Amino acid sequence: MLDPSRMLPLTVALPLLGAALLVVAGRLLPRTANDVLATAVAVTTCAALTVLWLRAGDGRVVSWAGGWRPRHGESVGIVLVGDRLGIGLALLAAVLIVAVLAYSWRYFDEPPERHRGSFPALLLLFEAGMCGFALTGDLFDAFVFFELMGVCAYALTGYRVEDSRPLHGALTFGVVNSLAAYGTLLGIGLLYARTGELGMAQIGAQLAGHHTDALLVTAFVLTVTSMLVKAAAVPFHFWLPDAHAVAPTPVCMLMSGVMVELGVYGTARIYGTVFAGPHGIPAHAYQHTMIGIGVLTALVGAVMCWQQRHLKRLLAFSTIGHTGLFLIGLGLLDPHATAGTALYVAGHAGTKAALFGLVGVLLDRHGSVDEHALHGRGRELRLAGGLFLLGGLALSGLPPFGTGLGKALAEHAAGEYAGWLTAVYVLVSAVTGGAVLRAGLRVFGGAGPAPRRSHADIETSGEGEEPEVRDPRRAVPLTMTVVPGLLLAGSLALGVLPGAGRAVAAGARAFGDRAGYLADVTGAHAALPPPPPPTAWTGSGLLLGLLSCGLAIAFAAAAVWLPAAPERALRVLRRPAGPAHRFAVVPLRRLHSGLLGDYLMWLTVGMAALLLAVGAQL
Amino acid sequence: MTLLPFLAAGWIFLVGLYGMVTSRNLVHAVGCLAVAQSSTYVLLLAVGYRRGGTAPVFADIPVGSTVVDPVVQALVLTDVVVGATVTALLLSLVIQIRKRTGTLDPEALTGLKG
Amino acid sequence: MTRNTRTTVFLVAAAVLAAAFTWACTGLPRFGTDTHPYGDRAVRAALAHRTANVVSAINFDQRALDTLGEESILFAAVLGAVVLLRRARDEDRADPEPRRVLPSTRLLGAALLPVTVLVGVYVVAHGQLSPGGGFQGGVVLATGLHLAYVAADYRVLRRVRPLAVFGALDATGAGAFTALGLAGLIAGGSYLENVLPLGTFNQLTSGGTVPLVNAAVGVEVASGVIVLLAQFLDQAVEITSPGHAGPVQNTGGGAPGNPPEAS
Repeated sequence: MLDPSRMLPLTVALPLLGAALLVVAGRLLPRTANDVLATAVAVTTCAALTVLWLRAGDGRVVSWAGGWRPRHGESVGIVLVGDRLGIGLALLAAVLIVAVLAYSWRYFDEPPERHRGSFPALLLLFEAGMCGFALTGDLFDAFVFFELMGVCAYALTGYRVEDSRPLHGALTFGVVNSLAAYGTLLGIGLLYARTGELGMAQIGAQLAGHHTDALLVTAFVLTVTSMLVKAAAVPFHFWLPDAHAVAPTPVCMLMSGVMVELGVYGTARIYGTVFAGPHGIPAHAYQHTMIGIGVLTALVGAVMCWQQRHLKRLLAFSTIGHTGLFLIGLGLLDPHATAGTALYVAGHAGTKAALFGLVGVLLDRHGSVDEHALHGRGRELRLAGGLFLLGGLALSGLPPFGTGLGKALAEHAAGEYAGWLTAVYVLVSAVTGGAVLRAGLRVFGGAGPAPRRSHADIETSGEGEEPEVRDPRRAVPLTMTVVPGLLLAGSLALGVLPGAGRAVAAGARAFGDRAGYLADVTGAHAALPPPPPPTAWTGSGLLLGLLSCGLAIAFAAAAVWLPAAPERALRVLRRPAGPAHRFAVVPLRRLHSGLLGDYLMWLTVGMAALLLAVGAQL
Repeated sequence: MTLLPFLAAGWIFLVGLYGMVTSRNLVHAVGCLAVAQSSTYVLLLAVGYRRGGTAPVFADIPVGSTVVDPVVQALVLTDVVVGATVTALLLSLVIQIRKRTGTLDPEALTGLKG
Repeated sequence: MTRNTRTTVFLVAAAVLAAAFTWACTGLPRFGTDTHPYGDRAVRAALAHRTANVVSAINFDQRALDTLGEESILFAAVLGAVVLLRRARDEDRADPEPRRVLPSTRLLGAALLPVTVLVGVYVVAHGQLSPGGGFQGGVVLATGLHLAYVAADYRVLRRVRPLAVFGALDATGAGAFTALGLAGLIAGGSYLENVLPLGTFNQLTSGGTVPLVNAAVGVEVASGVIVLLAQFLDQAVEITSPGHAGPVQNTGGGAPGNPPEAS
């Protein structure tokens, strides 16, 4: 067997080869053979990553592409660095790719004539981009793989060309993300001018010889902006609901499950290796900025999530809410919070991908993803309905799901930093989970009175969607329910199996160990970092998990059944809620205008705000 | 004066961004994105310039001659390819949008909001 | 939000960005500085691998992983354009009408086509020696082929560029680059390691794997750009949009603006 450092680049090369093979063979082979080929490649990549995960242990796998190992601490090559967090994220992406390929076996319409392999080939290229981005230790290489992810995601988002909305969503997505990526390249240019290096560790080591000045702050803001755009941090988040609402369901599973989280990971990785050293961006400035952005993102995501009736948009905003929590978790720069967030990300990926998959079943059956129009129409989909409600509970942090354990660990660490952060965790997971439960109760259970059909000018309804399916009269393909079920089971396993938590905790320790990273890359030996943080369930964690879950159920029940209450009781409730709705929620919803110019304006405002926020804290 | 090449890069980026924010035509907006991107070429090449340096190709100059930084040139080449392909992909989206909605005005695309 | 508000807010934010960027530039090394540590190392490494064109040595040897990513982006974008610009369910294909082409245009195109293709091949083949390489040469090759469209007409172009072949070539080029990287692993080194004999400095065969990777990239770029342009031409010439009788913009072959001519 290959040693791990030689195996690391294969995680990029295997899917690339698979994609090339699919495009050549796609014209000749029948559809099933294409699917089998794609799945085989994805499973092989998964296996390679699993081996790497096991053999990385608590340390790092360092691989110099092209064999350009450093001489006297200097190299001209590109380094790939895999610790448990990086490899873990790549593995998460690979597992989701397998799930998505299995899910879409029977999902799509006949693939484009003469290009049968193109959809799975794009998925494999997407996977190569995600693996490369998660594992690279070179800043420019990260930009390249970031763009590879992007290009595949834009094309996949606009896949349904018969409808104008996917095209619109994909274009917004592409323009906003590409512009931010070019900003990052400007930042890389500034860093290269100052340090003469491109490797993250090398730049970080060189920066220690300079001072924290305007150049460093500007380079930092430019570099992390594209990561924050990918992570959909407020105010860079506007592209996400537009793209998620319209992308084919399997693509939503990938984008919400892992691509957005890679943005959070990239921010933390780049700060930790490049900017965290002496004469870098001080830790307190980074913490305050990231926690500020995280809280804002979490709250905006939760409020907007609750307002949606378009189910995919609802799930998209719930992703934004959770990304805010992830940003807080990694912004704390604390191994406990990092370990918790890593588990939370993995658990969330399983849960969110499952929920998107189940919405895909509704789209398949009824050609609609509108909560109001679908009221009670999902009753016959018993299994899908049960899984959907379970997914809502898992999203709200129900123990012992992986989401629950991750949330408990992260919110405990956040609570130590500032008590009120715990409330943000509980509230945001309760509201987003509650919104999913509300939709699930209405659609699959037919609960409560049917909502009045409104045609407000501030929202997107989920009606009139093009069904993505081959034939609406056939039975729901088995894979479309089995895959979400397995994903939910995986999310549950993360919280139950103690081994997963321990491994992630060791990864979190390695992730935060800057000196060790720099030493491993330059080939020196570093002292062992302190022991990994504990990742077991605690009493308070269980209670807070049950609390947010209970709140979610209460929110959902209130939304579903209160409209049936006597008019007089309702009036009491409406009086305080009215102004809050009129002066806070409606303007917030109007900001999500769908206009490209607005989104780019917000991108500029966000960059300026970041510059001022970081600069003011020096 | 020595700041000018760097400032030019910043100016190009912001001009491109301004064009995109105020654009009334999607083809123009994608073009402005390409303008904003070209700022990265200018910055990288300016950063890699060495006074008195020539092209880093030793086929017809003696080894040891003063050359400009070849790394940024390699980066720009990669960057050009990335930019060109992204532009092509975005333009194919624009073509389909024009076909489906009959308009190229980004202000007229209001299907996604709230 | 009105357009004026948007522009005003943008200008304020852009002013902050501009100020920060200007301030940042004052911290940069002088323009034309003599300190380029990575650049100096790259030159030494390129010469050690007997590659005269240092930029190619960086692109195809030292930082080959970047180029692999970049070529995958091209591959993905071509694939994406093929998917996005496919004939939709409600669209039809119409055969384009040929149009009159000026004899001088025809002559010039016919004369230039072989020259352009030759230049393209030369630029690809000499990537390790002189400015140029797989990407530049590939683009020249692809555009050269389209002289057939300018000089003759669309149907001639379709005959000289069988899309199925070029689509497969595009994928083969991309796959060959990825597979060439495996040679390093098989030889007992790292992925993308330059394991072939390095040859004589400044000769066509110098640089080890550089000329091979270069050729793979040349094939991929040339076929990729051909397929990409074909998608756009298809939209303009062949595909009739929903609700229209003819193609969206009816530009048959030859120079636009020429009156149609019955075939």
